[in-house]
Amino acid sequence: MKRRDFLKAALGGTALAASAGAEARPNLEPAPEAVGMLFDATLCVGCKACVSACKQVNGMPPEIEGGNAAWDSARDLSGDTLNVIKVYRNGSAAVKDAEVDGFCFEKRSCMHCVDPGCVSVCPCTAMRRDPVTGIVTHHPDVCIGCRNCMVGCPYNVPQFEYDKLFGQIHKCQLCNQAGVERIDKGGMTGCAEACPTGATLFGSRAALLEEAKRRMALKPGDVYPYPRGDVRKPDSFHEKAAPAYKRHIWGEKEAGGTNVLHISAVSFDKLGMPPLGERSAASIAESVQHTIYNYMALPAIALAGLTYVVRRNSGDGDEGGES
Amino acid sequence: MAERETDFSDLERRLGVSRRTFLKFCTGVAASLGLPSGAAMAMAKAVADPKKRPPVIWLHGQECTGPSESLLRSEQPSLEHLILDLISLDYHQTLDAGAGHQVEQTKKRVMAENRGKYLLVIEGAIPVKENGNFCKIAGETMLHLTHEAAEHAAAIVAFGSCASWGGVQSAAPNPTGAQGAPQVLKGKTVVTIPGCPPNPANFIGTVLYFVTYGKLPPIDDKGRPKWAYGRLIHENCYRRPHFDAGRFATEFGDEGHRKGWCLYKLGCKGPETYNNCPSLEYNNVGGGVWPIGVGHPCFGCSEGGVGFEKPMFALSDVLTHTPPNMFPEIADRGEAGGVGAGAAALAGAAVGAALGATAMAARKVDEKDREQG
Repeated sequence: MKRRDFLKAALGGTALAASAGAEARPNLEPAPEAVGMLFDATLCVGCKACVSACKQVNGMPPEIEGGNAAWDSARDLSGDTLNVIKVYRNGSAAVKDAEVDGFCFEKRSCMHCVDPGCVSVCPCTAMRRDPVTGIVTHHPDVCIGCRNCMVGCPYNVPQFEYDKLFGQIHKCQLCNQAGVERIDKGGMTGCAEACPTGATLFGSRAALLEEAKRRMALKPGDVYPYPRGDVRKPDSFHEKAAPAYKRHIWGEKEAGGTNVLHISAVSFDKLGMPPLGERSAASIAESVQHTIYNYMALPAIALAGLTYVVRRNSGDGDEGGES
Repeated sequence: MAERETDFSDLERRLGVSRRTFLKFCTGVAASLGLPSGAAMAMAKAVADPKKRPPVIWLHGQECTGPSESLLRSEQPSLEHLILDLISLDYHQTLDAGAGHQVEQTKKRVMAENRGKYLLVIEGAIPVKENGNFCKIAGETMLHLTHEAAEHAAAIVAFGSCASWGGVQSAAPNPTGAQGAPQVLKGKTVVTIPGCPPNPANFIGTVLYFVTYGKLPPIDDKGRPKWAYGRLIHENCYRRPHFDAGRFATEFGDEGHRKGWCLYKLGCKGPETYNNCPSLEYNNVGGGVWPIGVGHPCFGCSEGGVGFEKPMFALSDVLTHTPPNMFPEIADRGEAGGVGAGAAALAGAAVGAALGATAMAARKVDEKDREQG
């Protein structure tokens, strides 16, 4: 009984230390020159030019399904698909961007979180956030294949090649991985370059957020010149009447924010976005973990407990056998 | 048999067209209408029989005579002969040799004599503002003439975009209140053959159908014959593979434009315009002669609300998605996710059921033992 009391006390002490311990880590701030993309679902016409361009830039084969070798039939992100256009359908699906009896396209690709969960859970720094551009990169040379990143990502982005003997993790690296380096060379992502409507727009996170806020301020029917390519130096514009945007920029605050922002006329829970608070999972987990291990407190307490038990059991006491 | 031969020889004399050329023409029209080959013979017989020629009253409103002009320049063999002998064109303001009171009287007489039997073709928009005062023929407004002629017509065909939905006159600010025939003749069935100018083949095919079968071909909610306007230009366009692969011309004369890539980024309205241009082309000269064929984006001339309405370089709405544009649902997790998880759940349920059944059986046996013992 005594030992049990001791362990209870030790556990309580740890919890106390955790709550009263070092300050919780706040969400990370966006990288100083954070780049990203703005996906405007109301502009997407579903041409899938971005999907083809992505595969071309990243040298990935089309996914063939059901013997239909004529076209790419990727249904979700995978080891061979870093970007996919999905559809939301309701009822007759007749009206674009309507929640009832309508349809809406949604892009799935890495959101490039400001405070990425995959980086936080990676035990061997195979996932990294670029300190300057904020791009979340994957480095297969140090990856041990634990697939923690797949669990740590709220958007289900990193994908493992289960069908290969030596499978690897694959995810969008904003066309800046070694051998491609489009961003470092002053270019833009393949998908933003190919997009004919500017639904996928490239640029700095700050400029994209500004653009998204401008669109939020539009009244439905206002004619707005939509830029294409890079929002900071668009290669062209096209004029279009603004839709009834939902006043929500996904990625402005969600789980610490993302560098890839989404806006839409259909609410994001219908577009498969997870319910996320403003606090990032990485900051919560790291706060707890780092507090428990603060000043080596937990190991020290555990060691003290163990020492007590061992001494008690191996000492010259007469009731050594009881336990 | 001999009789039919005579019919055709009579036709040869009448039209100056050889029997072979004539039958080839009829077969072509039947094929483009999507009718079986037997229909070609029925059409040939209908055309060759002069008794079946329906009288036609042809009205012109606000327009440029583009539809008549395109019809006159349609394919060989000299179709103006064929069309004029196929139907009995009794009144046509720009083709009639006569003029003034003489033709107006003829028109009134033909309409009275053929009550409920004549075909009314309307070309051009009808202004309705200020009692239609903006367009007058022989002292009467086009609005009045349209209602008058439509009242006892066997069928009404609106030829060209102006007559179909108002055309260029109806573009904002539309000072004359120009409208198409279907808007003016509410409650009446109006077959529309839109286009600016319309493809003469679409008109001839529809009229031949009417002459052969005595009824109009199946039409859509805008009155367009389905055989001609059933599909988007985008669906049959030979630049479509470039659209699917994301290869777009971005300006006139750039690399993509020279290579014949998709013109969507230049404002092509093919994805929201219903017409058969990609299959029929224009002017029957071959060689890809139609706007997209020669490298100009579709203007949407035949689509109300698009042509003369949307700016040339404004992007069109992509109205339909046919294969290969099939999209996974939001919840679709592909092979790795959804299917795997479903199978696992199923397997789990099976194992659970087996365990439960075993436990229950064990308990039952136990109880039985106790009862017996």
